[in-house]
Amino acid sequence: MLGLILAPIHHLRPVRALAATLRAIHELFWALLFLQVFGPSALTGIVAIALPYTGVFAKVYSEMLEEADRRPDELLPPNTGAVVRFIYARVPMALAPFRIYTMYRVECGLRSSAVLGFIGLPTLGFELDTFFKVAKFENVAAVLIIYYVLIGTIRWWLRPVLLPFYLIGSAVLLFSLGGPPFELSNLLRFLTSDIVPQPLRNADLSLASTWSAFWTWLSMLLSNQAWPGLINTFLVTQMALAVTMIVAFLGFPLIVPRLTGKLGGIGGNVLLVVGRSTPEYMLVYIFLQMLGPSMLPAIVALGLHNGAIIAHLLGRQAEAITPNLRPDAPKGFNLYLYEYVPRLYGNFLAYSFYRWEIILRESAIVGILGVKTLGFFVDGVITEIRLDRAIILIGITVLATFVVDWIARAIRRRFKLSMNDRNSKERALVEP
Amino acid sequence: MIRSKRPSASRWAAKIAVAAIATTAFFSLPAETQAQQPTLTFSAIPNQDETHLLDRFNKIAAYLSKELGVQVKYVPMKSYAAAVTSFRNNHVQLAWFGGMTGVQARIVVPGSVAIVQGEEDPKFVSYMIANSATRLKEMKTLDNSIRGKTFTFGSKASTSGRLMPEYFLRQHYKEYPEKVFSRVGFSGDHTKTIELVESGAYDIGVVDYTVYNAAVKNGKVDTKKVSIIWTSPPYPDYNWSIRGDVEKTFGPGFIKKVQDAFLKMKDPELLSAFPRKSFIAASNKDFQIVEDNARKLKLLD
Repeated sequence: MLGLILAPIHHLRPVRALAATLRAIHELFWALLFLQVFGPSALTGIVAIALPYTGVFAKVYSEMLEEADRRPDELLPPNTGAVVRFIYARVPMALAPFRIYTMYRVECGLRSSAVLGFIGLPTLGFELDTFFKVAKFENVAAVLIIYYVLIGTIRWWLRPVLLPFYLIGSAVLLFSLGGPPFELSNLLRFLTSDIVPQPLRNADLSLASTWSAFWTWLSMLLSNQAWPGLINTFLVTQMALAVTMIVAFLGFPLIVPRLTGKLGGIGGNVLLVVGRSTPEYMLVYIFLQMLGPSMLPAIVALGLHNGAIIAHLLGRQAEAITPNLRPDAPKGFNLYLYEYVPRLYGNFLAYSFYRWEIILRESAIVGILGVKTLGFFVDGVITEIRLDRAIILIGITVLATFVVDWIARAIRRRFKLSMNDRNSKERALVEP
Repeated sequence: MIRSKRPSASRWAAKIAVAAIATTAFFSLPAETQAQQPTLTFSAIPNQDETHLLDRFNKIAAYLSKELGVQVKYVPMKSYAAAVTSFRNNHVQLAWFGGMTGVQARIVVPGSVAIVQGEEDPKFVSYMIANSATRLKEMKTLDNSIRGKTFTFGSKASTSGRLMPEYFLRQHYKEYPEKVFSRVGFSGDHTKTIELVESGAYDIGVVDYTVYNAAVKNGKVDTKKVSIIWTSPPYPDYNWSIRGDVEKTFGPGFIKKVQDAFLKMKDPELLSAFPRKSFIAASNKDFQIVEDNARKLKLLD
């Protein structure tokens, strides 16, 4: 909702920066912070998901508004109020893409809320984590199946007509949940004391010694935790990106019937759907259980998940190429190498660079599971109840995300890479 | 064209309205829950697998409710930090903490006190356990045979699974554990540590000795694959801590009542939840050594 309000003013620099920052912090990091204030309640989950999604909606909606037909707007008398203009002339023209994108986001929301269970909110992830810990793998399988059914049937149960019922239903549910009471003092303490760097807390800010203590504190934090965390995050990111590209490259023919046959196409589809709809955090978790603690599971899992997403997009574009192939086109491997690959290569690179930033964010958060990326250190300082340090480490993650995004943008511009079909569903899949 | 879009626009408005109602409803909720009669909520650090804890601690809740004459509720926690934070935010008023988490909690909640500890807790120890494939022999004091192995702690905020072993390791080797071992991890809890060492994912791990002994007794660990190679010097560990302001809610003398309820707990089934033989009185200063060591390791400011 907030995203829609921000969308028309997204071109303003401060708003753009705010939205980018909200987006750059993964919902798990938001949740870790809000757990400190609201406890393991529904409120924590709602706020943790709502904040980054606000950032995403602001950006995507504003782009959709830009692309929408402007004629009704231009026809209005010049002294029409801005709000009226927005509601009656601009929004209706972009409603169709809004709806498709919002539907897609509901699916993302399901994924996110399942994942929040791993850090203590009572969702599917909570059950999964519990059953894994006691090695009841049959129950793990059951939870996963429930999850796939939920995601797989989304187009049947998520109907616009039913939305009001869902909203009222969730309001009723919230009433009945109870949960720990909300206390304003906790929020105030969090904002005014917890997140203030420890040397500055209750200290005299005019004294030079306060600031030198702050400097020692900060440089210790940066050199002992932020720096190693950042290096590991980049290592995981780059290797995962490489795996992503390999998976995408080898994976997309799976869903092109011309290459793998009809049955192969169906099988490939199932494989890619499982790969892309299992939340990356869950995949890393499962691979960690199977491969033991190291960077490897994170790299493999992130690579598979992101690779499956890109493979799916490329496969669909390959399908669009198929009818235009020459009648004497080669078959099999040659067809793949000489017809499909050269035509899709530009898109393949563009998608990979789009996912780069996302992979970085994901690499950071999987640290919570024990891989020593930034998330590992964030989890560590939260265990020590040092939220001031957590804020700084999360801030560094945000900066790293911006840097990668900026490089990726520069590269895309330089090589004139763009995704050919920018309809909203496709965009939905590549952007955060 | 535009006309056909109108209904969806009004649907949007309806959605916004419903969402607004839902939000206000949600924020007005706490006031109602507070109006009910006060409930004492307690928790425990998740030092073992949690399905196990839920069942046993619900029995403790029933016992306390009978002894104290107020409603008592147990809420499970996913992490050590969550237990401390809930105590701090007054979402729980009473908690079974480890030495380290107890110290953290009492620092952030002024006026809170440690009231009871297990009979075993003043002289608690950690076991260092190793996978049999490492062929490590039991050692009286730490030596160089364990250098270069892979090693796992328990939770980052565990006393027996992290703080005290790290303290002893650093005192002996004069180096960070990361330098002594080829890889250092945090399993999350003691049950997980035992599993990871048994499977060989890590060569060595440190665990709470009561959890390890209970696992051996219940046949949860294959002693052909795992053996104890070192026992740490003794230190104080687990305790029940309570917020000072409970007496405002439940009346003066309430802290003493809670303490007495634990001291006279004799049912072995209840005590096995911890697992402890019995409870004895405790005070904040019993855990001074834990606090000092946490400061030395820079885990506390």
